[in-house]
Amino acid sequence: MVVLLGGFLGATLVRFAPGFGVDEEELDTRLSSRSVEALRATDQPDRNLFRFYVHYLGRLMQGDLGESRSLQRPVSQLLAERLPETLKSVGLGLGLGWSLALPLAITVVMVRAWLLDAISNVLVGALLCIPAAVLALLFVMEQVPARLLLSLVVFPKVFRYSRNLLVRSSELPHVLTARAKGLGNIRVLVWHILPNAAPQLVALAGVSLSLAFAAAIPVEALCDLPGIGQLAWKAALGRDVALLVNLTMIVTLVTLIANSASDLVGQRFHAGEP
Amino acid sequence: MKYARLVAIGILVAVAAACLLANFLAPAPYAHQYREIPDASPSHQHLLGTDDLGRDRFSRLLYGTRVSLLLAPAAALLSSLLAGLIGGIAGFAGGRTERMVMAATDLFLSLPWLFLLITVRAVLPLNVAPLTSVIITFALLGCLGWAGAARVICADARTFSQSDFLVQARATGSSGFRLLWRHLIPNLRPILFAQFWISIPVFILTEANLGILGLGVAEPLPSWGSLLRELESFSTVSTQPWQFVPLILFIVVVSSFHLVLTRQELPT
Amino acid sequence: MKKPFFFIFFFIMTASMMAQSGGELRFCLHSEPKTLNPVLMEDDSSETIRYLTGGVLMRVNRQTQELEPELATSWKVTDAGKTITFQLRKNVRFSDGTSFTAADVAYTMQLLMDPATHSPTGDAFRSGDGKVQTKVLAKNRISITFPSPISGLDKLFDQVAIMSATSPLKEMAVLGPYMVAENKAGSYLLLKRNPNYWKRDANGRQLPYIDSVRLDIQQNRDIEMVRLTHGEIDLINSLDAEYFDKLESTDRSMAHDAGVSLDAEFMWFNQVPNSPLPAYKKAWFTSTNFRRAISESINRSDMARIVFRGHAQAAIGPVSPANKFWFNAKLQPHPFDQKAALQLLAQDGFHLQGDTLRDRDGHAVEFSIMTNSGNKYRERMATMMQQDLSGIGITLNVVTLDFPSLIERMTRSFDYEACLLGLVNTDLDPNSVMNIWLSSSENHQWNPGQKTPATAWEAEIDRLMKAQASSLDPNKRKEYFDKVQEVAWQQEPFIYLINKNALSAVSPSLHNVHPVALRPQVYWNIDQLSLTSEVAGNR
Repeated sequence: MVVLLGGFLGATLVRFAPGFGVDEEELDTRLSSRSVEALRATDQPDRNLFRFYVHYLGRLMQGDLGESRSLQRPVSQLLAERLPETLKSVGLGLGLGWSLALPLAITVVMVRAWLLDAISNVLVGALLCIPAAVLALLFVMEQVPARLLLSLVVFPKVFRYSRNLLVRSSELPHVLTARAKGLGNIRVLVWHILPNAAPQLVALAGVSLSLAFAAAIPVEALCDLPGIGQLAWKAALGRDVALLVNLTMIVTLVTLIANSASDLVGQRFHAGEP
Repeated sequence: MKYARLVAIGILVAVAAACLLANFLAPAPYAHQYREIPDASPSHQHLLGTDDLGRDRFSRLLYGTRVSLLLAPAAALLSSLLAGLIGGIAGFAGGRTERMVMAATDLFLSLPWLFLLITVRAVLPLNVAPLTSVIITFALLGCLGWAGAARVICADARTFSQSDFLVQARATGSSGFRLLWRHLIPNLRPILFAQFWISIPVFILTEANLGILGLGVAEPLPSWGSLLRELESFSTVSTQPWQFVPLILFIVVVSSFHLVLTRQELPT
Repeated sequence: MKKPFFFIFFFIMTASMMAQSGGELRFCLHSEPKTLNPVLMEDDSSETIRYLTGGVLMRVNRQTQELEPELATSWKVTDAGKTITFQLRKNVRFSDGTSFTAADVAYTMQLLMDPATHSPTGDAFRSGDGKVQTKVLAKNRISITFPSPISGLDKLFDQVAIMSATSPLKEMAVLGPYMVAENKAGSYLLLKRNPNYWKRDANGRQLPYIDSVRLDIQQNRDIEMVRLTHGEIDLINSLDAEYFDKLESTDRSMAHDAGVSLDAEFMWFNQVPNSPLPAYKKAWFTSTNFRRAISESINRSDMARIVFRGHAQAAIGPVSPANKFWFNAKLQPHPFDQKAALQLLAQDGFHLQGDTLRDRDGHAVEFSIMTNSGNKYRERMATMMQQDLSGIGITLNVVTLDFPSLIERMTRSFDYEACLLGLVNTDLDPNSVMNIWLSSSENHQWNPGQKTPATAWEAEIDRLMKAQASSLDPNKRKEYFDKVQEVAWQQEPFIYLINKNALSAVSPSLHNVHPVALRPQVYWNIDQLSLTSEVAGNR
C-alpha cells in the first residue's frame, strides 16, 4: 500500500518538476519544424498524471512495467540487466562497511584509550569530508575497483552511530556493576553492552541499507557502473516518468522490507531481555 | 583529553573569528579575477595562490568558510531536531502511532527529492542573490535530511520507553512532559549528536553537488563545497598540493566539532 | 639451399604484414548510444557507431573537405538539383553475406524520408512537400528525385548509412569496416571487423587493419584521462583544454591540436515578445545597440587565453574560420572597447550613475544568464563575463541549470533573460543551419516560431537563406550566405564568443593518425589505422 503511494508521489514529483516532456533532441538543428512538433507530442500520454498512473497500475497487474522513454527499452529489461550489478555493489559496500565499522567501534569502546578514539575520529571525519568524486578519481588512479567506494560511504556513518551507542551502553549502571563484580571484558561486551545497544544497531542496519542504495546513485553515476543507481540518475535527468515510478517503488519496497525486518529483530532482542 | 577539547574549541573559535573578520583579513576581494596570473602558486600577495580564473584562493577560503560554517551547522541542527522530535515521539508513543510515523518516514526516505529541489529552483526568480539561494538550499537540506536518523532514534526511544528506568520514574509520579524533558532527551543525546556531527560535512558536500541543479551557491560567491570541487580535476590534483588546504581545514573543523560535542569521555 | 631461405623470407613477410594488423582499438563514448538503427540516430554516441559500421555512398574526406566515392563509384546531379543518379560498386556484400544492390539504396532512402520517422538525417533532405522518388535503373544504378531542388545535395549523402532491404538481420547487417559484435547496455560495445568489407589498400590487402574496436561508456572525463595515461585506452577524440596542457607537459607526442574547429560558444538574449519578462527588459534585449554594447564589453581574448588555455580564438560570426569555403573572410572580430560600448548605450538612453548602469527610466541594469550545469568552461566563461560587465556597471547573475530545465525555459516557458550555449557543427553547408536562421523555425532560438518576421533584418536573413538554398551555383550561394553573416555580425542576435580548437590525445602505439578539425577528429580514417605489433599482439 505504502509502496503504491510511494510510486504515485514519485510520479507527481517528476511530473511537476520543470523540464518534464522536454527532449534534448529537439535542439538538433537538422530537424524540420514538423519533426520538432512531433517530438514534443510524444510525451502527451504521460501528461495527465492520474491517467498515467491508472494505466501504469493496470499494466503492472499484467506484469508489464512500461517502457522507458529516454532509453527506449522496456523497463523490466533494463531493471533485470542492472539490478544484479547494484546488488553486488550494495552488498559489498554494506558488508565491508559494517565489518570495518563495528569492530572498530567495539575496539574503541573496549580499549578505552583516548588516542585511539581521537585517531579513528579524525579518520572517519576525513572520509566524510572528502567528496565522493575525489575518492572515485583516487580509486581509478590506484586501480582499485570502484565498487568499494560504497563501503567508504557507509563506514563513517555506521562507525559514528555505533560508537556513540556502544559508549552510552557501556556506561549503564548494570554494566558498571558487572565490571565491578570482576567479569572479564569480553563477557561484559557480549552479555551486557551489545544486547543493550542491539535494537538500535539493528535499526541502524535497516537504515544503512537505504543509505547504501541512496549512495549508490552518485557512486554509480561517477564511476560509470551500469547499475540501478546510474539508471536512476539518467532517468532523473531525462525526466523519464515510467522508469522513475518503478525505481521509486523498488526503493520504497526495499526500505520497507529492511526496516520491518530490523523492527522484528529488534523486538525479538527486546523480548529476550531479562 | 581535556587538553584536546580545549584545543578543539580554540580552533573553532579561531576559524569563526577569521571568517567573521574576513572583510579585514582578506588580501583581495573574493570575486576579483587577476587575469594575468591564473593558477598561480602561493606568493606574498596570494597566500594560497590563485584559482583557474585568477581569484585569490585565501580570500575565497575565508569567505567560503563564512558561508559554509554558518549555514551547514544551522541546517544540521534543524535536521537533528526534526529527527529527534519525530523519532522520539513515535518511539515513545509506540503502537500504531509509531508504525504510521515510521511508514511515513520510510516513504520519505525513498522519494526522489531531486525533483522537489529542481522545482524550488524553478520557482525562485532568476535574479536571486547568491546568498539567498544558498540559504534556501541549506534550509531545504535541513528539512529533508532527518529521515535516516529518525528511525534509529525511534528504536532508541522505544527501548527507553520500555526500560525499567522509566517505569520507575513513572511510578514516582513524573508526568509525560517531565519524563520527556528530564529523561528521554538526555538519553537520546548520543544519537542526536552523532546525527548532527555527520550532517555537517554531508550537507556541505551536498550543497556543492546541488550546483548541478542550479541551487547551492552561485558565482562568484564561494563555499567550501565549491572550493572542494576544484579537487575533482585530474590535472590539478598532483601538481598543486596547496589546493588541499580547504580540505584539510574542513577535516580539522569537523574533527574539532566532534571533540567539542562528545561530552562523554570514554569510561576509564 | 633455397628452401630455408624461402621459408625465412616467407616468415619475415608474414611477420611484417602481421606487425601492421590485428589488435583492438579502445576508446570511450561519453554516453550510451540510444539506438543502433542508422536512420533514427541523433546523438553523438550513436553517430560514432554509425561512422564505424555504416557504409555510405560518398564520404567527405575530413582532411581535404572534398567528396570521395565510397559505395558509389560515380554520381551526377541533374534536373536543376532535383535528381541525383548513382553508379554503384559491383560485387559488394553486407556483413552477413547479402548482396548490395540498388534496391538497398532505394529502401534506405524510403525509410529515411518516411514522414513518420522524423529522422534528422532525413530532414536534411526535406526541401519541400511531396514524395521522394527512387528509380532502380539497373542492378547497380539508381536515380533519386526530390520534390524540389536541394543545393549541396551530394555532400548530404555522407550521413546516409545504407541498410539492407533483404537481410534478416535488418540494421545489424552493415557495409562499413566494423560490425557490432557485443553490446552490454550501459557498459561497453565491442565492434569486430566486417569480413566482407569491400575496401582494400594499395597492396590489395583487405581493410581495416585493426581487428576490433572496444568502446567503453565513460561519462567522467577525469577518469577517461587517467585511463589514457595508464594505457587502458588509446585515444581521446575530443580533449578538454586543461587536460591538453597536462598531457603536453608529460608526453608531448600524445597531444594534438588540429587548429580551430567548427564549434562555437555563444550567448543570446531572449527576444520573445510574449515572454514573462518585464517590458523594460524586453526593450533592452530587442535593442541592437544594447546587444552590440554587451558584445564589445566582453573580453574574448581573455576568455580564450584563460578558460581554454589559449587553445581557442575569439569568434567572429556564425561561421568558424575552419569552414574554409563558407567563412566570410571580410568580417573582423568585434573589438573589446568598453568606452565605445558605453557610447552605444548612451544612444539608447542608458547612463552610468556612480557604479551602476541605469536605463532611461532609472532601472538598474541587472540580468541573468543561464547555462547548462556540468560544463566547467561555460561556467567559467559566464563568471568572466560577470567581471567584464561590472566594468560598465551591469550586474550579471550566473544561473546554472540542468539541461531539461534549461530547454524548458528556452523553448516552452521563455522564462529566461540570456542564455549561454555552444553549437557543435558537423556539417559545412549553410543548409544545415537553415533552421536556426529562418524566423519561422522552432530552432530560431532568440525568438522561435515567428508567423511573420519580427524585424526587418530577420526578414532580410529569411530572404537570403531561401535564396542560397534554391541556387545551385556555389559562388552565388556564397554571396548570399556572406551577406547573412554580415547582417548577423551587425545585429548580433547571437553574440559569438569563442571558436574552440580541435584537441585530441592519441597513444603512440596507434599509427597513421592525422587528427583534423572536422569530426571525428582522430578516427576519421579508421580503416587505415594500425597498432604497433607488440601492442596488437597483447590484445
